[in-house]
Amino acid sequence: MTEARTELRERFSEAEWSDSHGQDVVRLSREQLLEFCNAALEAGFEVLADITAVDWYRTRTPRFDVVINILSMQHRRRLRILVGVPDGDPMVPSLVPIWPGANFGEREVYDMFGVTFDGHPDLTRILMPDDWEGFPLRKDFAVGAVPVQFKASHQVN
Amino acid sequence: MFPATFGLACCAIEMMATGAPHNDLARFGMEVFRASPRQADLMIVAGRVSQKMAPVLRQVYDQMPDPKWVISMGACASTGGMFNNYALVQGVDQIVPVDIYVPGCPPGPQGLMHGILTLHDRIMAGKA
Amino acid sequence: MSDKTIDDPQLEEVDLWVSGTEEAEWDVYSTDEGAQKMRLEETGARLTEQLGSVVTDDYDLDDIISEDERMIINMGPQHPSTHGVLRLQLELEGEMIRRSKCVIGYLHTGMEKTAETLTFLQGPTNVTRMDYLAPLHNELCYSLAVERLLDIEVPPRAEVIRILMTELNRIASHLVAMATNGMDIGALSIMTYGFRDREQILAFFEKTTGLRLNHNYIRPGGVAADLPPGWRADVTDICDTIIRRLADYEDMLKENPIWVGRTRGVGVITADECRAYGITGPTLRSAGVAWDLRKAFPYSGIENYEFEVPVGEKGDVYDRYRVRIEEIIQSVGIVRQAAAAMPKGDFRIDDRKVTPPPRHRIDESMEALIHHFKIFTEGFRVPAGETYVAIESPRGELGCYLVADGTGKPWRMHTRAPSFYNLQALPIMMADSVVADTVATIASLDPVMGDVDR
Repeated sequence: MTEARTELRERFSEAEWSDSHGQDVVRLSREQLLEFCNAALEAGFEVLADITAVDWYRTRTPRFDVVINILSMQHRRRLRILVGVPDGDPMVPSLVPIWPGANFGEREVYDMFGVTFDGHPDLTRILMPDDWEGFPLRKDFAVGAVPVQFKASHQVN
Repeated sequence: MFPATFGLACCAIEMMATGAPHNDLARFGMEVFRASPRQADLMIVAGRVSQKMAPVLRQVYDQMPDPKWVISMGACASTGGMFNNYALVQGVDQIVPVDIYVPGCPPGPQGLMHGILTLHDRIMAGKA
Repeated sequence: MSDKTIDDPQLEEVDLWVSGTEEAEWDVYSTDEGAQKMRLEETGARLTEQLGSVVTDDYDLDDIISEDERMIINMGPQHPSTHGVLRLQLELEGEMIRRSKCVIGYLHTGMEKTAETLTFLQGPTNVTRMDYLAPLHNELCYSLAVERLLDIEVPPRAEVIRILMTELNRIASHLVAMATNGMDIGALSIMTYGFRDREQILAFFEKTTGLRLNHNYIRPGGVAADLPPGWRADVTDICDTIIRRLADYEDMLKENPIWVGRTRGVGVITADECRAYGITGPTLRSAGVAWDLRKAFPYSGIENYEFEVPVGEKGDVYDRYRVRIEEIIQSVGIVRQAAAAMPKGDFRIDDRKVTPPPRHRIDESMEALIHHFKIFTEGFRVPAGETYVAIESPRGELGCYLVADGTGKPWRMHTRAPSFYNLQALPIMMADSVVADTVATIASLDPVMGDVDR
């Protein structure tokens, strides 16, 4: 159970390892990502559980964090990978060659945030209509709420 | 009356439960949900209508022959429900003309049946 | 007229539009001469063939289908197979599917964006509508994530209530899966049976939570209300009825040759493919992998109950059906154990900063009133941090990735939806199978589009 963790930690000791409420988190750069993921697959993380992103608009740079949760069934461990992605060049290497299950997840991140994945077989919008403009989950995209007129209240503009 | 299935989300489950034995819709002769809109005359929009689904909804409505009626089932179909955001059409009456609105999130089978029977009464009285 | 022969030069072919082309085997002559000519040309063999005494079967499948005869068919977002709005584009060669592609997004509700505008107490109302067949699981996942960020622990009674309700929900969800599975394949009466049994569970939910679906019952800090008086009798009745009726359904389906014939060997997926694509839940277990998050990463005290994880062998539709039936039986066992082991105590944590005070205290205490006001307007604050919590929903690994920034609303809430990742299995399962198996495969995968599109 600890082999996966220590092996990866030793090999990538210069990356930022931390602990978030009892879960291992490692922060990598875009260049290190593919190498780390290949090593993780060999170390026993056979399943990609989830891939998503967070928009740290005006709170942090780099603006986006791509979050990759991987799972090892044989060792019963989870690991979270955070990759910082800047606003000007939102591009991350695709994990589809390593875990084919990343396909839909990466399309969703592209659709919602505009982060492109280099090497993805079919990077198109998945949840929004194909001709939608804008990336909904970015913080500068409004929720799109329609003002609701209640009966006994003053006129809503 | 033959309903066309337009079950989208949670309300579709309640619509299926209305046709189920406990609250039996068959006693009003409406158990047979027609899969093809060309054979249906009532469209029950059950669930939230997203921006991507809106043209499909309009197309299915257009494919139904006259006379036709629409029941908007649930809060999301009637007004957008609790999801007042970019992704949903805020009320299906922006796309198709609606005859009966059934409130609830989701409306229980009794609520849907009350809506359907109200529609029956209105048609028999010549009002719809 | 009748004594003219073929060699008569006067019988010229009339130059009509179809004669002279390669498509017409026969040349069209003007009326009388043509009829005469045709009758003269008829040999004995052709006459007998036309009269039906010699039958040649010239419909050869391989002969007709060629490479450029592939057809792309759209199983549109609105179709009677009641799995919601999934659109499939199938490239067909005759009856065989060569390639398939799922198009989703027809139920996208922007729930993750809405979650950023709702407080943590309002969060479960939003999240519960994702997987609308197992709403309590969604709420449990979200509540566990919030509780981990808050670093609080719920009282034991709340934990047991949560397990009781979520396992009942698992039974209800698997009954719907069985009902729609049967209906899609043609066993229409299973649909009525599945929904009939579910009514009892839903009536219990209505008594406890106030709603049949989308309950908003499991909230951060515990549950919203205590179990109603007389719940033990209700739960025992539900368990006994389900077990008794399951025996009937087993009789109907388990060895039924039509059922077995339509589900055995259909929609096969192997364990390696499941792991590579991140497919979890009954699909993974039907392929032979005994992976269940309730055993691997236990949550909410479920490690105190004894149950088994049913595993299939071949990864086909029949195995998935068997796994779900067995899971119903195991869940009934857990429900019985939870009902027997229900401790007395609080049903939610006593920390007034997180859970609202009881209503009668608002009249008595000013502090209670202030807490109530703050919790329901501004919401309780969660310290900054991020976490990922996963539980075992009836469809697989349901995870919630929550990022809090110290205010009363989440900065980012993402749900790892099991059906979203499970749908990637569809092209693999449907490759080189016939169209008729598509419906059975989708039904056995049990996708819930609210989960897929969020």
